[in-house]
Amino acid sequence: MTITLPPYEDVTARFEPVIGLETHVELGTRTKMFCGCPTGFGAEPNTQVCPVCLGLPGSLPVANAAAIEATIRIGLALNCTIASWCRFARKNYFYPDMPKNFQTSQYDEPLCTDGYLDVEVDGRPVRIDIERVHLEEDTGKTLHVGGATGRIHGATESLVDYNRAGIPLVEIVTRPIPGTGADAPAVARAYVTELRDVIRVLGVSDVRMEQGSLRCDVNTSLNRPGDQWGTRTETKNVNSLRSVERAVRAEMLRQAAVLDAGERIVQETRHFHEETGDTRPGRSKETATDYRYFPEPDLVPLAPDPEWVARLKTELPELPRVHRARLQQAWGLSDLDMQAVLNAGAVELIERTVAAGSSPEGARKWWLGELARRANEAGVDLSTVGATPADVAELQSLVDAGRLNDKLARTVLEGVLAGEGTPSEVMAARGLEVVSDTGALGAAVDEAIAANPDVAAKIREGKVAAAGVLVGAVMKTTRGQADAKAVRELILSRLGVQ
Amino acid sequence: MTDLIRLSAADLAGAIARGEASAVEATRAHLDRIAEVDGQVAAFLHVDEAGALAAAERVDRARAAGEELGPLAGVPVAVKDVLTTRGVPTTAGSKILEGWRPPYDSTIVQRLRAAGTVIVGKTNMDEFAMGSSTEYSAYGPTRNPWDLGRIPGGSGGGSAAALAAYEAPLAIGSDTGGSIRQPGAVTGTVGAKPTYGGTSRYGLIAFSSSLDTPGPCARTVVDAALLHAVIGGHDRRDSTSIPQPVPEVVAAARRGATGDLSGVRLGLVSQFSGEGAEPGVMAAFGEALERLTKLGAEVVEVSCPHFEYALPAYYLIAPSECSSNLARFDGVRYGLRVGDDGQRSLEEVMSLTREAGFGPEVKRRIIIGTYALSSGYYDAYYGQAQKVRTLITRDFTAAFERVDVLVSPTTPFVAFPFGSRTSDPYQMYLADLFTIPTNLYGGPAISVPCGLSDGLPVGFQIMAPTMADDRMYRVAAALESAVGTLTPPAL
Ligand SMILES: [Zn+2]
Repeated sequence: MTITLPPYEDVTARFEPVIGLETHVELGTRTKMFCGCPTGFGAEPNTQVCPVCLGLPGSLPVANAAAIEATIRIGLALNCTIASWCRFARKNYFYPDMPKNFQTSQYDEPLCTDGYLDVEVDGRPVRIDIERVHLEEDTGKTLHVGGATGRIHGATESLVDYNRAGIPLVEIVTRPIPGTGADAPAVARAYVTELRDVIRVLGVSDVRMEQGSLRCDVNTSLNRPGDQWGTRTETKNVNSLRSVERAVRAEMLRQAAVLDAGERIVQETRHFHEETGDTRPGRSKETATDYRYFPEPDLVPLAPDPEWVARLKTELPELPRVHRARLQQAWGLSDLDMQAVLNAGAVELIERTVAAGSSPEGARKWWLGELARRANEAGVDLSTVGATPADVAELQSLVDAGRLNDKLARTVLEGVLAGEGTPSEVMAARGLEVVSDTGALGAAVDEAIAANPDVAAKIREGKVAAAGVLVGAVMKTTRGQADAKAVRELILSRLGVQ
Repeated sequence: MTDLIRLSAADLAGAIARGEASAVEATRAHLDRIAEVDGQVAAFLHVDEAGALAAAERVDRARAAGEELGPLAGVPVAVKDVLTTRGVPTTAGSKILEGWRPPYDSTIVQRLRAAGTVIVGKTNMDEFAMGSSTEYSAYGPTRNPWDLGRIPGGSGGGSAAALAAYEAPLAIGSDTGGSIRQPGAVTGTVGAKPTYGGTSRYGLIAFSSSLDTPGPCARTVVDAALLHAVIGGHDRRDSTSIPQPVPEVVAAARRGATGDLSGVRLGLVSQFSGEGAEPGVMAAFGEALERLTKLGAEVVEVSCPHFEYALPAYYLIAPSECSSNLARFDGVRYGLRVGDDGQRSLEEVMSLTREAGFGPEVKRRIIIGTYALSSGYYDAYYGQAQKVRTLITRDFTAAFERVDVLVSPTTPFVAFPFGSRTSDPYQMYLADLFTIPTNLYGGPAISVPCGLSDGLPVGFQIMAPTMADDRMYRVAAALESAVGTLTPPAL
């Protein structure tokens, strides 16, 4: 069936989307969830394993206290209720990347429940309700060799790496989010962004989507206004913040087309395809849909001490939202200016630049101006553009001290981005500096006046605009290393105009 | 030197400590005995002659160097094949693990090694500890030394038969529904199920995680207590392990052996009044009760109304947990793999492996357990069974407010002939009628010989409150002092 997708505005005019997000976060604990194996990324396959995470006969799990604490802190940061008593549960299904053919997870007794996360979309606040935050173990990774699809079906052999098996994984599930209309894709992205930032300040995970330490599944449904919510689909393989937004949008368009054709939405798992920007049905990983959950008999129930939980709550760091409000005030920015900083992803960069000694205004100017332009040109993230906050702070302080003018500063920055060193190193190497020695500058001005007697005469007659020619001549002899404004004043005063 | 194989573990350890026998001599004597009789008994799946002699030599060297020896140093011990032994085949009685050599030792085995005991081999069992006769072992049944035509009990029939055949003075078993006690009863040996969590399950191949309890088997009560003290106690690798020291089981056994039970109240469960039990078993049990009364004990009848639901609850909980625990045997990582011809899909290879690797009783329980945990049936089956478990625990708690221990026959019938109960699973399940309530409650229980019925041993069960394992040893040792140990006919 070929589907013609309707225009997005048309879809949002006729349908209301309901979205929901399930996010998995790999915790950055030193050891795995139920054994003492290390958790580092990128080790040789099957070198970070033991009888427990390989699920060898007879082995038993012991819960990682650091992972439980991290999960509780995430729950507290998301305004959740922390269970006073809860259990792990077994989720039973057969798949070779699960050493025990069950995953130790949580089912009807999660560690954290009923929270929320406030996000902003175009300056408009949206509250996302959190249904649950629970703790489980990650699976291994399977590589299917041979066959056309890279999937298990048709592969000639499959290789399994169990290094990832047993790494603590926190699952954060939102309640369904209705009422966001055309903003649904942006809301989804804003939520994942905010969640990532919250978890990052908690210091419990490096939350890197490209490495899979933050993974997101997006649920989407459409209904006509006044109707009940539609059948939802679950979209996996959403591997960047941009993809979160694109996946929701793509699924809204697809579902609208299906509904327009008078067909029904099938409740299924779909995969987002980065290159084409569409979603396609995924082959279900597990054949059984009945996971036969039951309480994990190998682990004792968790009963976090309420006093300890209360202490963890008071010890939470300043969360991104509060932090941003404080910065906006400290930097004296309007809501609109702050929004621009946020959109550019420059909050932390500016903050670190200011901490390195720059004025907020100077820092903002560089990161949102020249550096944003360069990052955009190179198609890289602002944080990897090639200049550090310390570089920018140094550059700005050189400008503030009058040692660089605007043009020179840009040239120096070019050197920094080219990897020539810090701004002062680039200055020294390239011999760039504002000529501030008035004796040398005076000589250059006198030389220019002498070389252009007719221009000097015009200026003396009051045609001040002609001074530009002499300024240009001085800047040329000083190789641009003079302050143009100071040169102009000097010329006018020598010619007795001022 | 007297016949080393007929000594108790305590006496053998004493002889080694005093230098009257070396550990190597003791080990050699038992290895010779195994070579002589195990062709008839078939108690062992694997005999580790080299490993045993090496361990014995270490003990002898330590003694020669003047090192302090543990109370069981140099004593041979047979280990049920459900516990992992590093580098030594471990099958759990199943074809699906044939040839698997674990890369790690179970905690129990580690403690046995640390105590200087000598592991002579791995004993036969019903596959994955599911059965009461060893007839469900994938490697053929073990025979009862009292009558080679009869079952040695199960699942730990290999360990019990090894003791009765004098192939080892000590053995390790595991008890999920009676797998230590019922084999002890039908072979005339002692078998103790410790408090759940009192012995580590790390390295015990799981059948039913919330019930499985490793424990000691011996020919005397004191020997069982000595072994219990060596293997028991907290293990940080088992979350369900109790962080408390082992109860004073050895002292309690020695005290009981003096034959004084004055002030001890024995609870006679009215629900176990003998229905379904053989008259000969009830007669021997009754005589034992009289002997205990003469030693000063008081008998009180107590009612445990929910015990009658124990068997059905057990046959939902244990299969449910087993259906999940046994999922890992899929041919992907270790053990048997069937049908991997490069053409078949992974699912087909998994299915063929499990079809070929599991025996009929294991399959039966996996199917029952899978069904009981299914969505829509969970509450009616698994959920309901857990409620029954709570009620049974309440029965025990209430009873222990009135009495110190509960007593019953260990099993309703003496060793039965091979093949007599395999055609009807329920007839086989009845073997555990009196032992299962304790597993659901989690408390300790012991089986001690109390006499013969038609020339076959009868076991007497003593059940105690959780972490009061010492109480049952005291009563058991007193009964043993009155009855004496039972000696099977010569092989
Ligand atoms: Zn591990």
